[in-house]
Amino acid sequence: MSDKRLVYMDNQATTRVDPRVVEAMLPWFSEKYGNAASRNHAFGWEAEKAVEAARRTLAEGIGAGPRELIFTSGSTEANNLAILGAARMYRERGRHLVTCATEHKAVLDPMLALQARGWEVTVLGVDADGMIDLDELRAALRDDTVLVSIMHGNNEVGTIHPVAEIGAICHERGVLYHCDATQTVGKEDLDVERDGIDLLSFSAHKIYGPKGVGALYVRRRRPRVRLEPIVYGGGHERGFRSGTLNVPGIVGFARALELCLEDRAGEQARIAALRDRLQERLLGELDYVHLNGHPERRLACNLNLSFEFVEGESLLMGLDGVAVSSGSACTSASLEPSHVLRAMGRGDDLAHSSIRFSLGRFNTEEEVDYVAERTIAAVRRLREMSPLYEMALEGIDLNKVEWNRH
Amino acid sequence: MAYSDKVIDHYEHPRNVGSLDKDSPEVGTGVVGAPECGDVMKLQIQVENGVIVDAKFKTFGCGSAIASSSLATEWLKGRSLDEATEIKNSDIAQELALPPVKIHCSVLAEDAIKQAIEDYRRKQQQRQEAEQE
Repeated sequence: MSDKRLVYMDNQATTRVDPRVVEAMLPWFSEKYGNAASRNHAFGWEAEKAVEAARRTLAEGIGAGPRELIFTSGSTEANNLAILGAARMYRERGRHLVTCATEHKAVLDPMLALQARGWEVTVLGVDADGMIDLDELRAALRDDTVLVSIMHGNNEVGTIHPVAEIGAICHERGVLYHCDATQTVGKEDLDVERDGIDLLSFSAHKIYGPKGVGALYVRRRRPRVRLEPIVYGGGHERGFRSGTLNVPGIVGFARALELCLEDRAGEQARIAALRDRLQERLLGELDYVHLNGHPERRLACNLNLSFEFVEGESLLMGLDGVAVSSGSACTSASLEPSHVLRAMGRGDDLAHSSIRFSLGRFNTEEEVDYVAERTIAAVRRLREMSPLYEMALEGIDLNKVEWNRH
Repeated sequence: MAYSDKVIDHYEHPRNVGSLDKDSPEVGTGVVGAPECGDVMKLQIQVENGVIVDAKFKTFGCGSAIASSSLATEWLKGRSLDEATEIKNSDIAQELALPPVKIHCSVLAEDAIKQAIEDYRRKQQQRQEAEQE
């Protein structure tokens, strides 16, 4: 198996750190290793200076002010801080929260944790393209609603929510809007001021930066958002998040966003062209392939397809050497198929057959052609082995078969 | 997840993929699982003088499910029906070194064998009854 070439097409899981980012980070390990919180010597001062420069770059990149950014260990922590922190801070104002069914578990799980402790959570459904209904959102807001958490770009199917409209709807009712923008910062057009976002989570490792560092934007004016911390111990980050700052990570995070924004539109167009090429090849040469996610309003990098009659994990096995991911239950720890595809009403059979290809900065056209060929060959081979494909070719309606369930 | 060499071997070189004539009185067919559960196995045996002379499978499922059914067809050939019923899921799981989360694949294979044998026996009984009448 090891003789096959390696191709990385799982950029929504994580990205390769750009060598220019590594270069920016390197001095901050063994040469300039001060603690940014050390106020009484030069090691501390230079670390603090670097952190503040990075904070300005990152804040500017999302249309925020530098004092509105809290560094965290990543988006999971940023989401937890936003949701748990706001819910606990405003518990006297109300105990109702709104989110949607296709959110990442880093949003859904803290919501469930609050639900178990007396908060009420409304989970909005989505349509077949993975999009929420804005009227449903309007109708869900109540006088005791304190926070809405709706993501920007979906990590599995790439559907992009209209954040500016969501922000406006929330602000009309005086409700805080948290947006998990892990998949879109540095990629999609985003501005917290223009889009009416009060809390926004993002992460370095999705934008060719290092793992282990992320940020939460916390609005300071109109309205000033306050949060109860979830990590205590020293009052770093203006008391929002204690803990020694990851200086090399933060420096790399800022450099990574800078590189993304240098030519954001150009890079996204190039990635979208690669994605479209892959999509056209696969849909052109295989039958019974379904696109998951919104056909237009979706991330440039994302291609999520269900290859009917082929189980996702066996397809991943057939693509060994090619790094992609599947919504099949067999690939997850929970043994449940993708909650996102389920929420879109895809049906568990198609969820089991789904593969997510996610492209990035370092993918080439030649890699796209190679992955297309490998996928086509593997799907054809597995369909030859599939009793479902055989039945479909015989004209049997699989929905009417009485299966012998286990 | 790392697969055992035997699972990979069966996945890359599956034995006895295909279909036998399900309407033949000499053929027994077992279909188990469901698409929404992520695995469906079809296993068929062809019997002559009480001995399984051929076995074929088609499987929609993960690599371990494909390997379990492929191995089952290999083991079935040349066995009598009674010997065939002795194939247990634990033997399949052990031979393929399946991890605990994949044990259900071997259970599915054992059930498919049982169903195929049942189907064959039912057909034989029907034929005998028809002959007696």
